[in-house]
Amino acid sequence: MSDALIVLKNIGKRYTRGKQQVRIFDHLDMAIPRQDFVAMMGPSGSGKTTLLNLLGGIDKPSEGEIAFEGKRMDDLSEGKLAAFRAANVGFVFQFYNLMPMLTAAQNVELPLLLTKLGPKARRERVQTALTIVNLADRARHKPSELSGGQQQRVAIARAIVSDPKLLLCDEPTGDLDRETADEILGMLQTLNRDLGKTIVMVTHDPEAARFAKRTLHLDKGHFVEKDLNA
Amino acid sequence: MSRTLTQIMAVTSMNLRSIPQRIWTSLSTVIAIGFVTGVLLAFLALANGFAATVSGTGSPDVAVILRKGGDELSSVLTREQTLLMQEAPGIAKSADGKPLMSPELYVVIDGIKKSSQTKANLPLRGLGTLADQVRKGVRISSGRMFRTGTNELVVGRSVSKQFEGFEVGKQIRLASQNWTVVGEFEANGSVFESELWADVAVLQGLYQRGSTVQSVRARLQSPDSLQKVKDFAEADPRIKLDVKSEQAFYAAQSKGMSDVIQYLGWPLAIAMSFGALAGALNTMYASVDARMREIATLRALGFGGLPAFVGTMAESLLLSVVGGLLGALGVYLFFDGLSAATLGGNFTQVVFSMKLSGDLVLQGVILALVIGFVGGFFPAWRAARVPILAAFRAG
Ligand SMILES: Nc1ncnc2c1ncn2[C@@H]1O[C@H](COP(=O)(O)OP(=O)(O)OP(=O)(O)O)[C@@H](O)[C@H]1O
Ligand SMILES: [Mg+2]
Repeated sequence: MSDALIVLKNIGKRYTRGKQQVRIFDHLDMAIPRQDFVAMMGPSGSGKTTLLNLLGGIDKPSEGEIAFEGKRMDDLSEGKLAAFRAANVGFVFQFYNLMPMLTAAQNVELPLLLTKLGPKARRERVQTALTIVNLADRARHKPSELSGGQQQRVAIARAIVSDPKLLLCDEPTGDLDRETADEILGMLQTLNRDLGKTIVMVTHDPEAARFAKRTLHLDKGHFVEKDLNA
Repeated sequence: MSRTLTQIMAVTSMNLRSIPQRIWTSLSTVIAIGFVTGVLLAFLALANGFAATVSGTGSPDVAVILRKGGDELSSVLTREQTLLMQEAPGIAKSADGKPLMSPELYVVIDGIKKSSQTKANLPLRGLGTLADQVRKGVRISSGRMFRTGTNELVVGRSVSKQFEGFEVGKQIRLASQNWTVVGEFEANGSVFESELWADVAVLQGLYQRGSTVQSVRARLQSPDSLQKVKDFAEADPRIKLDVKSEQAFYAAQSKGMSDVIQYLGWPLAIAMSFGALAGALNTMYASVDARMREIATLRALGFGGLPAFVGTMAESLLLSVVGGLLGALGVYLFFDGLSAATLGGNFTQVVFSMKLSGDLVLQGVILALVIGFVGGFFPAWRAARVPILAAFRAG
């Protein structure tokens, strides 16, 4: 546990919907070691996205503690959390979430606007990130001029451009065909293996989960054992 | 450049470049704001033109002498009062030593407007023989001056332009006598250009005024001499007349009217602004909703709420400035310099032009910006508070 990148202790999470309280998690514990690649599966509504949001500092737990590299982050202010996300977390969304008005390069550059880097250093970093996802030749294209797979690669470049330790992917291949999905998953695998990124990926697709080092099954707010290969 | 500024600029430029995606609702807001600005500016240009014409009429070194509390139409001065005033100190003298005074009559005649073919009142002024030395800046632009003792008259430039039958050489009938228009005059665009002038003595006979007049114009030795003339008129119980500088006299007249126009223009524009404001709010809320996922994504990446706020405000202000300038352009193209006529202080027609100025355009653009600011503020507030979780929804 000492080498865990992120540790969740006794997490509770409730939403109030009108007068009703919805419990998503109760006494949830979890540790993600550095350089792990976890696939997270589970039925719809089981809390996968909620957990990802807690890991990424987008949402706060109702109870319990979350520590990133040994430092508590569940009690940070909104502004501090935003800075935490900018420095440590890269997000990959199911629907890419690129800015339609910006070129691929400008989209990738966005997280760097939150750093101290000057224009020249930013340009170099963008170039590197686009090269990693094999899209250096599409730098000037708008998202509408790219295929779904290419758009998701731009989104991955955006997620890694500021060199965060943690990548959180919410159904990154949910909107792609098999072949394109495998290409994206292979790329995540490379980022994990060669660049040491810790990756948590939510997916509904058992094929996709095979690319990860291990798979967690979430059901009704708890991890359950399941043997995929049985 | 600071990081915050870089972020704000990046988000703002993204925001502005996405306007074409919402072109129709954006355009309708621009047009609504342009319309409001246009209405305001039309009224202000009207008031401005009127004020320029009327206040340009009076000169500070001419005194207007009237019965106490009277205006030019209702005032009556006896021959005795007029003669006594000739002794007043401070009045300039002609080369041969006569006081430069013009006893004047001021009556109303009918004219037919060319534009609407409707009847309107026109002022006919009888002038004393020294009138041309009392009033400076009057020029005969065609024909010649009327001759003393005849049924001849000259007409102001605006009268011949806007009313029928006053061209040089035309005959007109006044109190069942034939008169001839022998000339047209210019008077620096002042109210006098909306008048007809003839010999005061002939008009006294025609309108059975005996030896009375309605006012006396006197040239002052200097603007400072006004007080001497005033004191003189007060001191003698046989005189008891009002003495004002011509400038103050016309300024007072114009103030009432331009106030009315302005006080009509602003409330109307403000009432209409609420309509435009509703449109702006609508457009900007739609803009924020359309960009909801983008804004949430930026927040997830670590951007603050400020860039989203500023970007939305910038969009709203841009739309409103464009609207305001279009409104001003519209007024400039269609109304600026357009002649209008209104009732002057004496229920006679004063002809003047609508006059747009940089100052007025600024007022119009400020109104537009206020609409844009309020119409952008609340949507921008919403933009700054978009829940980050919105980034994870489909859309
Ligand atoms: N902001 C919220 N307010 C109230 N309830 C919420 C909120 N977000 C999620 N929930 C509820 O929490 C539960 C877990 O939602 P979550 O999005 O984490 O599920 P999920 O496992 O990601 O499902 P899916 O596979 O459909 O994406 C659901 O019942 C959902 O309705
Ligand atoms: Mg989900």
